[in-house]
Amino acid sequence: MALLELRNVTKCYNSASTALSDVSFSVREGEFVSVIGPSGAGKSTMLRCINRMIEVTGGEIYFDGVIVSKLNKRDLRKLRTKIGMIFQHYNLVDRLTVIENVLHGRLGYKSTLAGVLGRYSQEEKGQAFRIIKFLGLNEQVYSRCDQLSGGQKQRVGIARALVQNPKMILCDEPIASLDPNASKIIMDHLRNVSTGMGITMIVNLHQVNVALKYSDRIIGVNKGKVVFDGSPAELTPERIYDIYGSESGDLIVDLGERNAS
Amino acid sequence: MQADIFIKRRNGGLLFFASLAILTAGSMIITEYDVLKGFTSIAGALIWGFSNFYPDAGSMQKLGDIMLKLRETVLMSIASTTVAAVFAILLALAGSRTTRMNNLFSVAARGIASVFRNIPLVAWAMVLMLAFSQSPLTGYLALFFGSLGFLARAFMETIDEVSNNSVEALQATGAGYFHIIFQAVLPSSMPQMISWLLYMIETNIRDATLVGILTGTGIGFSFELYYKSLNYHAASLVVILIVITVIVIESISNKIRRVIL
Amino acid sequence: MQIEESIKGWGQLSSDEIADTPVRPLNRSSFAMRIILLILSVLTIYALSTIDYNSVDIKKAVSDTLSNFKTMFLQPYSHRFSLPDAFYGVVVTMGLAFLTTLFGGIIALFLGLLAAQNLGLKQVANIIKVFVAFIRAVPTILWVLIFAVSAGLGSAAAVIGMTFHSVSYLTKAYSESFEDLDRSVIEALMASGANWWQIVFQAVIPSSVTYLLSWTFLRFEINFANAVAMGAAAGAAGIGFDLFMASGFYFDLREVGLITYFILAFAMALESLSTNMKGRLRKRI
Repeated sequence: MALLELRNVTKCYNSASTALSDVSFSVREGEFVSVIGPSGAGKSTMLRCINRMIEVTGGEIYFDGVIVSKLNKRDLRKLRTKIGMIFQHYNLVDRLTVIENVLHGRLGYKSTLAGVLGRYSQEEKGQAFRIIKFLGLNEQVYSRCDQLSGGQKQRVGIARALVQNPKMILCDEPIASLDPNASKIIMDHLRNVSTGMGITMIVNLHQVNVALKYSDRIIGVNKGKVVFDGSPAELTPERIYDIYGSESGDLIVDLGERNAS
Repeated sequence: MQADIFIKRRNGGLLFFASLAILTAGSMIITEYDVLKGFTSIAGALIWGFSNFYPDAGSMQKLGDIMLKLRETVLMSIASTTVAAVFAILLALAGSRTTRMNNLFSVAARGIASVFRNIPLVAWAMVLMLAFSQSPLTGYLALFFGSLGFLARAFMETIDEVSNNSVEALQATGAGYFHIIFQAVLPSSMPQMISWLLYMIETNIRDATLVGILTGTGIGFSFELYYKSLNYHAASLVVILIVITVIVIESISNKIRRVIL
Repeated sequence: MQIEESIKGWGQLSSDEIADTPVRPLNRSSFAMRIILLILSVLTIYALSTIDYNSVDIKKAVSDTLSNFKTMFLQPYSHRFSLPDAFYGVVVTMGLAFLTTLFGGIIALFLGLLAAQNLGLKQVANIIKVFVAFIRAVPTILWVLIFAVSAGLGSAAAVIGMTFHSVSYLTKAYSESFEDLDRSVIEALMASGANWWQIVFQAVIPSSVTYLLSWTFLRFEINFANAVAMGAAAGAAGIGFDLFMASGFYFDLREVGLITYFILAFAMALESLSTNMKGRLRKRI
């Protein structure tokens, strides 16, 4: 059954520039989907249309049986609690501790006042601690986030998304600011979360070889259009050329391991 | 251990608000401030303001006189700020950590700046009044002394902030003290210093009103005159002209800042 | 020797070009700075040359002022009131400053949130900014005197008038601190379903708290000086009124000296306290 479906989604910022044109695809529950494509192809816009951080101009998005664009403010908040999001620059409140940043993921479930005062229940705290431990951050629980390394910050970002109890997580360039070592740790965690907890993943990526190694499915985007949709095995050098256009000549593509599934 | 940080945060918050409440109550008692009277007077002042505090035809005849005083006040503010800035640069160079000649001078310059800054404008005005009486020089000198301390501190911080590295680099090439001052320190901190100078002119035009009321000079004297003789229409004209002047000067300096910074 | 030769060698390469190129090219910014300094100097010279010097004998006034300063600072003394009285006066002034800063800060926090371009509606933000700029353009003393018409001279008018000015000053400062905030954190919390108030209290305020506090402390220092001025010029209670009486009514320089020392001591204590607090807050929060 499809958890997420995009039908003819279009996004124009103004009459001159079209960020997405006629994008359609669907994602099954538990699938790990990578979105690749050159900078400015509309990957980021597409991700943000799904949880309506950006309003679409045309087309429809179905998530878990509801039409996303028809939701009112209240139901939109409820929808967003079911969709986690992870960012390139982690987007943490640097001055707060790890545990506080992780618990920010619970705000969508809380009343305004409880959220404003930062009152969390014992269960919520327990859940947050378990997730932090699972991601190997138990020594940094009470550290301030500005004292963490990039890789650790991104793990806090994952924890914040997980504590939401999401059905799906959107990852916007999660490893673009990390060194190779930290990138591997983060991608392994995302893959584990997807396989182990059955959470659907949509990951924007710059690195084709990473997409090949971790994904169940790859979607290639160029100039706001979906130009490739298939398994890693189907992504041949020719198709990569289609996705990246003339840019691919400069790409260092190492088509090493592929995720066999 | 688990809820450690939350209890600490909550206790910290409670302590903070409790001490604020105590200080507030104490301040209200000691200043004999009546909250109720305070709030009701806002409404009263608004009603009174709309029915009495606007310029009418009769007050327009005073426009010429008022403009003359306003011109005098603006010129006085500019002159006192500019002259104070010259002395403030000398104090700042002597006091700044990066450009000081020796410790003794530095401590002395910082001390002088601090004393000048913290003696209130009112005290300067009142003392100068005794010898200079109602001359424009009283207001001019009071503003000069008031600006000197503020600008010296602002310039000192600017120099410290801006020129640390370049001073070290020039020292390494064997440049002399005055070379460094004129080739590195002043050029790099000049935009910021001019920005402070403009800010001080704005502030001084407002403060000139206060000094004028105390010493009987400039635009402050005009206001006091009309206010005490219950000619509120003319007094409101004075206020409106001050507002226009301050806003015009503020927007000019904002434009200048955008060009130079 | 060798070095000199090689430098000469460079010079031969492009001696024509080097000769004409100024070391510091005159760009827009440095051109503007020169013009401004020129205009300010001209205005200053004009202002100083048109001051009416006849109404006062300058030589005498300067020497009188110097001897006044000498009396003030070297022989501070008062027979009209005791040290505890002076102390009480400063504490009252401090109380006025505290109340106005607190009221101003609370109101400005909400206005600042609404006036920040990145947190609310742009139109609302602009309206508040214009409104606040207007309030700020009116000198504090005029606000106090305007309120004094309906509330009478005294602490009520002083507190309300000074609060007006504090609100406008702090609203500008706070909203600019909020605008400096990285948009990304707000986006992250929005994506997790948090609402506006939750985002403000969980992300916006914690991130900018040190800036908010340093602006507030700075305003406290300004309000202390203002409270002294309001005592002198608008009859509010506190040390400012004593200062006004000592100099404007009794012409007692030695008493003015004593009062000035008291104000100076408190202002400097306040300054070092706020510097100290800012340093500690930066580390702890």
